Amino acid sequence: MDGYSLSDLWSILVMQGFSGLSLFSVLLLMALGLAIIFGQMGVINMAHGEFMTIGAYTIYVFSKIATNYFPSLMPYYFVLAIAAAFIVAFGVGYVVEFLLIRHLYKRPLDTLLATWGLSLIMQQIFRSVFGAREVSATLPNWLMGAWKPTDTIDIPLNGLFVMLVSVIVTGAVMLFLYRSSWGLHVRATTQNRMMAGSVGINTKKVDRVTFAVGCGIAGIAGAAFTTIASTGPTSGSLYIVDTFLVVVFGGAASLLGTVASAFSIAQAQSILTFFMTNAMGKVVTLLTIIVILMLRPEGLFAAKVRK
Amino acid sequence: MSKKEMPQGTAFQSEVGAGHPSSPLRRKLVTAIAGIPLISASGLVLAANPPTAKINTTKLAVTDTEVTVGILHSATGTMAISETGAIQAEKLAIDQINATGGVLGRKIKVIQEDGASDWPTFAEKAKKLLEENHVAAIFGCWTSASRKAVLPVLERDNGLLYYPTFYEGLEQSKNVVYTGQEATQQVFAGLDWVAKEKKAKTFYLIGSDYIWPRTTMKLARKYIETVLHGKVVGEEYAALGSTDFGSTINKIRLKKPDVIYAAVVGGSNVSWFKQLKAAGINGQNQTLLTLSVTEDEAKGIGGENLAGFYSAMKYFQSLDTPRNKEFVKQFKAKWGATAPIGDVTQAAYEGPWLWKAAVEMAGSFDTDKVVKAEESGKISYDAPEGMVYLEPNHHLKTRLRIGKWRNDGQADIVYTSDYIMPNPFPKGY
Repeated sequence: MDGYSLSDLWSILVMQGFSGLSLFSVLLLMALGLAIIFGQMGVINMAHGEFMTIGAYTIYVFSKIATNYFPSLMPYYFVLAIAAAFIVAFGVGYVVEFLLIRHLYKRPLDTLLATWGLSLIMQQIFRSVFGAREVSATLPNWLMGAWKPTDTIDIPLNGLFVMLVSVIVTGAVMLFLYRSSWGLHVRATTQNRMMAGSVGINTKKVDRVTFAVGCGIAGIAGAAFTTIASTGPTSGSLYIVDTFLVVVFGGAASLLGTVASAFSIAQAQSILTFFMTNAMGKVVTLLTIIVILMLRPEGLFAAKVRK
Repeated sequence: MSKKEMPQGTAFQSEVGAGHPSSPLRRKLVTAIAGIPLISASGLVLAANPPTAKINTTKLAVTDTEVTVGILHSATGTMAISETGAIQAEKLAIDQINATGGVLGRKIKVIQEDGASDWPTFAEKAKKLLEENHVAAIFGCWTSASRKAVLPVLERDNGLLYYPTFYEGLEQSKNVVYTGQEATQQVFAGLDWVAKEKKAKTFYLIGSDYIWPRTTMKLARKYIETVLHGKVVGEEYAALGSTDFGSTINKIRLKKPDVIYAAVVGGSNVSWFKQLKAAGINGQNQTLLTLSVTEDEAKGIGGENLAGFYSAMKYFQSLDTPRNKEFVKQFKAKWGATAPIGDVTQAAYEGPWLWKAAVEMAGSFDTDKVVKAEESGKISYDAPEGMVYLEPNHHLKTRLRIGKWRNDGQADIVYTSDYIMPNPFPKGY
C-alpha cells in the first residue's frame, strides 16, 4: 500500500475494524432469534427472514405515523418502534406456532417445507399491503451521519446503533435462557421433553413462548436493519442464507457458538473483501466455512445434548 | 381517469399519423361502424378501420374491433420493484390510445403475464403470448438477462418486443425496439460530462454483480482510458441485494477518486447510499455519478441520503416542459399521487405509442411490415422527454440529461446534451 501516508492507513485500519464489528453485530442480531428457534427447538424456520421483514415494516409504519401526525415526536419514535417491532413479530410468531408449527414438532423436515410455504404467503401479504416497491423509513437525525474522533476517521452512527442494539439483545437472550426460570424450562424441555413434562412444566406453553420470542428477536433485527438497508417484500430471503450460515457454523444449540461464528464470519469477510474483490472475499469466506464444517460437522461449539 | 379526459396532447407524429388526425368526428364514426366492416363508408373511415384480412395476413389476434398485445414484466419477485412502473406506464399509454380510437381502428386488449423475476419464466411466457395468444406485440422485460432469454423465442416466432430499459448495447434484433438508451448514449455522454464539468481524471467503478453493470463498466473503463485519458483506480462488484459496503467505502477513501461511477441496482442502492452518507461521503465533498438511480430508487433511498449526487438518464420526472407536466399529471391521476416516474417508466410509456405509429405507417399488423416501417427512419414521437426519433437500428435518437438529486427525491436537471445517435455497436468495444 505505498503512496499513502501513515495516518491515512491508520484511519482506514480503524474504520475497517469498525466495519468488521458492524457486520458482526448485524449477523449476530439476525442469528440470535434463529439460534433459539432452530438451535433450541429444532424447527427449521425458513420464514425467519420474513419475521425480520415484519420488524422492518413496523418501523416503516411508525415512521410514517410520526412524520404525518406527530412531527414533534420524530426524534424519539425509533426507540418506541423497536419495542413495537418486537411485540408485533412476537404476536405473529405466537399465532403461527399455534396454527402451524406445533403440529410438526416430531417432523423437523416438514417444518422446513411448511415454513417455506409460510414465507411465500407472508411475502405476498407484504406485497399486497405495502406494494412491490422497496420502502425506507425516515430516520431521526441523531441516527444519521458519523462520529468523528479525529479529522480522518468517520464512524457511522447507524453502525454504532446496530451494535448497541445487538449487545442489548444478546444480553437479554443470555438472561432469558440462562438466568430466568423460563430459560430453565426451555432448556429442560428441549433436552428431555417427557421428563420436563412430568415435573410439571407446561411444555406446550414453553414451546409457544420460545418460538414467539425467537420471532420477536427477528423483528428487532429487522427493525435495526432499517437504519442501514431498505425493506421490500422479499428482503427476508436475502437474510435467511446468512442467518442459517451463522447458526450452523456456530453449532446449532450453542449461544456462545452463534456469537463466535458471527464474529469470525464477519471479520473474515470484512478483511478479505478489503484486500480482494467483493465477490472473491465472499467465496473465500464460504470455502473456509465449508472446510471447517467438514472437519467439525457440529459447528464451532457442539452443544452438550444427550442423544 | 375516465377516457374522456385523456386525449389531448398525446399526439404522435408519423407519416400516417400526420395525414389522419384523430378528430372527435372520426372517433364517433369509428364507434358507429365498429363490428360492421366491409360496409361502404367514407374513405376516411375505411382508412381508419380497414378489413382485418388485409391488415393481418399472419393470423395474429386481431379482430375487426380489437387487437391483442402482451405485457410481460415481473409483477412478483425481486424485480417487481423496478418493473411495476413500466407496467403502469404501458397500461396508461394503451388506455390513452384506446381513448383516441385505438390502432387502425382497433381497441387494444392486453394480456399481462408475470415473468416473476425468473429468466426461463420470461421465455416461457413470451412463447405462450406468441404461440397461444398470437399477440401483435409484447411490451416488456427489464433486465438484460430477461431480454436475452426472450430473444430466441421472439426471433423464432417472429414476434415484436418493445424493451424499455437503458442497457449495455452490443445487441440489435429486428424483433426488438429498444426505447431505453444504449451504452454510448448513457455511459459515454455521462462520462464526457464529468470529465468536462468536474475535471475528473480518476474514477472508481462500482456495480452490482451481473451482466449489465459488468458490461457497462467494461465499456466505461475503455472509454475512460482511451478517450478521456483518465485512470480507473478501482473496480468492484457487489452481490445483488448486498447490504454491506463498508470495505468498499474504505477502499474509496484510500484511493480518493475524482468520481465514483456507480451502477449498483435495486435495493442495494439504499444500503450503498445510506452507508456513504454515514461514512461522511456526500454530494458536497465527492462527485458521484450513477447510472442506475431513477425516481423509483430515490424514493426508497431517501432524498437526504442522495442529495448532491448525480444520475445520468434521458428522463427525469422534474423535466420542466408542458408535455411532461401533462404526462406526470395523467400518470398520477391513474396510479396515485405518490407513484414515482423514473427513466424506464417513461421509456415504457413510449413503447405502445411508437408501435401504434409503426403499425399505422405500415397499414398492417404483420410483423415484417411493421418492422419495415420501424426501419424507415421516419417514425418519431412527441414523448414526455421531448421528441424521440426511431432510427433504422431499432434504437431511439434521444438526449442525455444529468440530474442532481435534491432532498425531496427529485432531481434538478443540470445538463441536457444534444441529440445523440444510437450506436449499439461502438467501434473497438
